Amino acid sequence: MKNRLIYMDHGATTPVREEVLEAMLPFFKELYGNPSSLHSPGREVRRAVEEARGKTARSLGADPEEIYFTASGTEANNIALRGAAKQHGKPGHIITSSIEHHAVYEVCRDLEREGYRVTYLPVDQFGMVDPADLEKAITPDTFIISIMSANNEIGTLQPVRELGWIAKKHDILFHSDAVQVVGQLPVDLNELPVDFLSLSAHKFNGPKGVGALFMRKRTEVTPLYRGGSQEKKIRPGTENVPGIIGLSRAIELAVSEIPQKKEKLTALRDRLISGFLEIEEVILNGHPGLRLPGNVNVSFKHIEGESVLLSLDLEGVAVSSGSACSSGSEEPSHVLIAIGLDHSVAHGSIRFSLGLGSSEEDVDFVLGKIPGIVKRLREISPTYHKH
Amino acid sequence: MYNEIVVDHFSNPRNVGEIADADGVGETTSFKCGDMMKLYIKVKDGRIEDVRFQTYGCGAAIASSSMLTEMVRGKTLDEAMKITNENVAEELGGLPPVKMHCSNLAADALHEAIKDYRARHSAK
Repeated sequence: MKNRLIYMDHGATTPVREEVLEAMLPFFKELYGNPSSLHSPGREVRRAVEEARGKTARSLGADPEEIYFTASGTEANNIALRGAAKQHGKPGHIITSSIEHHAVYEVCRDLEREGYRVTYLPVDQFGMVDPADLEKAITPDTFIISIMSANNEIGTLQPVRELGWIAKKHDILFHSDAVQVVGQLPVDLNELPVDFLSLSAHKFNGPKGVGALFMRKRTEVTPLYRGGSQEKKIRPGTENVPGIIGLSRAIELAVSEIPQKKEKLTALRDRLISGFLEIEEVILNGHPGLRLPGNVNVSFKHIEGESVLLSLDLEGVAVSSGSACSSGSEEPSHVLIAIGLDHSVAHGSIRFSLGLGSSEEDVDFVLGKIPGIVKRLREISPTYHKH
Repeated sequence: MYNEIVVDHFSNPRNVGEIADADGVGETTSFKCGDMMKLYIKVKDGRIEDVRFQTYGCGAAIASSSMLTEMVRGKTLDEAMKITNENVAEELGGLPPVKMHCSNLAADALHEAIKDYRARHSAK
């Protein structure tokens, strides 16, 4: 029992599944040609890369020519935001939310230093952006809006469709970081009014080091790097072929399994949440219903998150924490502060993120361990006895 | 991320609790990361006879509080005043660099407790 790992950190990364690994393997040794080469080994790999692009596009309701493979979700976000800013060619206004992942937030901060104006839309107590706030924030020089599809920490789903329509109505580019959503919930780009969408393979049981940017036809960005003409010069550099093959196989499988997976994870998630809420002074962070199927984020009052993480780790359970101490910074998560949590409550937050391998036994094991861990740590805490 | 000594002191912290009739109480808070420590001492013949702590914080914060209580028991107040946060970290076999300044505050709480004892004592 002690040696069994219960992995509840699928929001951080997921294991590569067997079918994906199998699809990738030939592209390390046998099918090693450079897809830009004109000879037959090169042409064979080119065909495989284009097939992968087709599969990826089909999984998202996009056209193959709208898919650009990148090295990560972060790179996809940078190409969209920085690329659109460069293409804009003059100072202008950007709108984003106050709870974006660092891969968007830090890019916006950087663009601010370069002279762009950025509005960080507030969120409500559940982490939701109000479309009326977006409408109000638009100025004549707003050229791009970037709002994530779902938050990586608290799992809150944003009204992307509604926000996208507002952008479209004003003829402003709209980008969504969908890294947490692709493979978990359906994304149909045929009808979703976005110009850019970022995704990352390792969040849906694909390999690390590969992502993709959807960029709608007739949208233009200035590339961040110069080099060869790979990915239509949007992302030059020899393609990560095994990664691209892995991404396409993983997205194909994940998307085809969404209905069952969503139902299973939602049930496990809600079982975990109701179990935690039976403990006194526990707060659910994020929206009670409009959240990622596998995401649970709770704050245990009077306890610092890292000490819970560490205690669970000693029991063989892997989770993550929004506390400053586990992230190497000193400030608690900007997301938890944006939803209005006190610093001390933000420091006590823990994220349990479920995935493909999660089971009811895992959930029950954690629910069995948590009360004792919380009790022990609260007994050490100087703030607890005051209550 | 933590060595065995730290994990041991985190998992089985020594001297947790309050002393109702403490001779000195010290409290310290890290404004950077919100950690909080409270330390209680009982003094007899100029030596620390008993010591207890309560800590809100990460693994390093709890382990360093626990280690400090082991280090000071039986020490004279002057000896105890000389113990630094770095000494505590050394006894723990080292702490990750990021933890050194934000979670390693037990010695500060101890010094506050001794100052509190001395203030009470001189007032008598």
